[in-house]
Amino acid sequence: MELRKINDFVWEIPKQGEMKVPALIYTSARLLEGVKRDLTLQQARNVACLPGIQRMSYVMPDAHQGYGFPIGGVAAFDLESGIISPGGVGYDINCGVRLLRTDFMENDISAKRKELLAEIFKEVPAGVGKGGITRLSRSVLKDILTRGAEWAIEQGFGTKEDLLMTEENGRMKDAEPDFVSERALERGLPQLGTLGAGNHFLEIQKVSEIHDKDIARVFGIQTEGQVLVMIHCGSRGLGHQVASDYIESMENKFGVKGLPDRELINAPVRSPLGQQYYKSMCAAVNYAFANRQMIAHWVRDVFAKVMGSSKGMRQVYDVCHNVAKIEKHEVEGQTRELCIHRKGATRSFGPGRVEVPEAYRSSGQPVIIPGSMGTASYLLVGTAEAEGLSFSSTAHGAGRLMSRHEALRRFRGEQIRDDLRKMGIELQSTSWKGVAEEASGAYKDVDEVVRVSHEVGIGRLVAKVVPVGVMKG
Amino acid sequence: MEQKFIFLDHTADAKFQAFGRTLEEAFANAALATASLMWDVDSIPKRVRYPFGVRGRDLEQLLVQFLQEIIYLFETKMFLLGSAEKLKIRESDHEYSLDAVFSGDDRRERYNIFGEVKAITYNEIKIEKNDRVTLQVVVDI
Repeated sequence: MELRKINDFVWEIPKQGEMKVPALIYTSARLLEGVKRDLTLQQARNVACLPGIQRMSYVMPDAHQGYGFPIGGVAAFDLESGIISPGGVGYDINCGVRLLRTDFMENDISAKRKELLAEIFKEVPAGVGKGGITRLSRSVLKDILTRGAEWAIEQGFGTKEDLLMTEENGRMKDAEPDFVSERALERGLPQLGTLGAGNHFLEIQKVSEIHDKDIARVFGIQTEGQVLVMIHCGSRGLGHQVASDYIESMENKFGVKGLPDRELINAPVRSPLGQQYYKSMCAAVNYAFANRQMIAHWVRDVFAKVMGSSKGMRQVYDVCHNVAKIEKHEVEGQTRELCIHRKGATRSFGPGRVEVPEAYRSSGQPVIIPGSMGTASYLLVGTAEAEGLSFSSTAHGAGRLMSRHEALRRFRGEQIRDDLRKMGIELQSTSWKGVAEEASGAYKDVDEVVRVSHEVGIGRLVAKVVPVGVMKG
Repeated sequence: MEQKFIFLDHTADAKFQAFGRTLEEAFANAALATASLMWDVDSIPKRVRYPFGVRGRDLEQLLVQFLQEIIYLFETKMFLLGSAEKLKIRESDHEYSLDAVFSGDDRRERYNIFGEVKAITYNEIKIEKNDRVTLQVVVDI
């Protein structure tokens, strides 16, 4: 496959064969080595062949091989001639990240760090097959799928201000729970308000470097050493089932002939099946918003109990990084509505976009990039240039480099805990095997991912944060 | 004893191959491979039985539907699969169907659950029938 270097951070797969547009890869020489080792580039090229794709098939700096679409893939489709694909969103619909700021400094919590983490571990259900604390009826679940975080706020899990500081205000309005299968509902019932397992985590963090003081202040980050809380999870079994269900329905409706990878199965955006998937996906997005809202509420409760106050624990923002949306973008000088897929990619709207909360409208939206377990995470800001460069999108995390299998061979969970403790980081987990699988050595270097995002201009560096306490599902 | 399944390297997820002299045997071993990502299959007694049937437009879809049943029963009934039995695959006009019984335990709290399988994917899925059957599946974990 031809891969042309454009500059130190941009490579292109020129349009050839069945490709309708070129593929553009934002990376560095070092990250590209990892990308070349798996099927990422081939998958980016496959995406470029899909009907109605606009401009480019984009690949973010943390990209790795996914199913059908690469993880870290961004693609926008025309609403009339284009498609929507469950594989372009991913199985964990609205996997995302929520960041809370606090008025506490590292010193304030150092003596109570262990207790804080232990209490959070008690309050927030995590791990595999662990149910949530709420017993839901089907009708309540459907209400949650319709109203997302709004439902959670109404039930007392947080404040109206949290909604303003959530992508889509915590609710995608196109959600239609009647298009969500019975099986997906059944999987969703016991899992609301749970963190889950895998790469999902909850961290107590401190600000370690501030790169842009003015914007940091707008986001509520005043000083190094300030304590933050980051929550990374998604729509659990409900979202996974929605993806599986619609992959099956689309296969049955359209067949799989001619697809280079069955996970690229798709439906025209405007077709009944395309719309049903979109509206179910929105319902799963809402489930995940409600989920993170509840978890954030319990974290505040724990701080109130252990630290005596949760005052000042404002939400910086909540971002989705597995989602498809209808957004307005510029194509060939015209503003058009497109169906944009971000799979393992974060929206990075710059100043002025109406979707960005008023408080951030002159700065650009906060972009939250979680690192791998126990390593640095980053707070970035969306840029105006990102519109032209990546349909306003950037990376979503570190991106896996090594298989879980390989990680298990190389790392031991207990050893990782001891190593982290020496660095002053507490760790609690439901599974040592899970800890080993998520070892930071199995991931790409998040510092390098963020550097590329910053240099390219698709998301600019605001602050670096490091964990002091990690809870892994 | 012949090998039932092996795991292969995959960056983000788990990829396995399951083997059998017949399609049914290979499907049953694929179920064991999937469950082995979550719990120690050999430690699960046959206390509870779930008979069920699935359909697929082709064998690949049939396999995906079959394996998804494991996740569904675990997440909704707290059922841990110990073995897949009485498999019968039939082919009719444009469709495959499979009947099977899963045996296992629904006392989740008694076992160490060390992994989560989120979904069964079509990524790199392969069904090869020579003198024996080889199935390849990537699961999202």
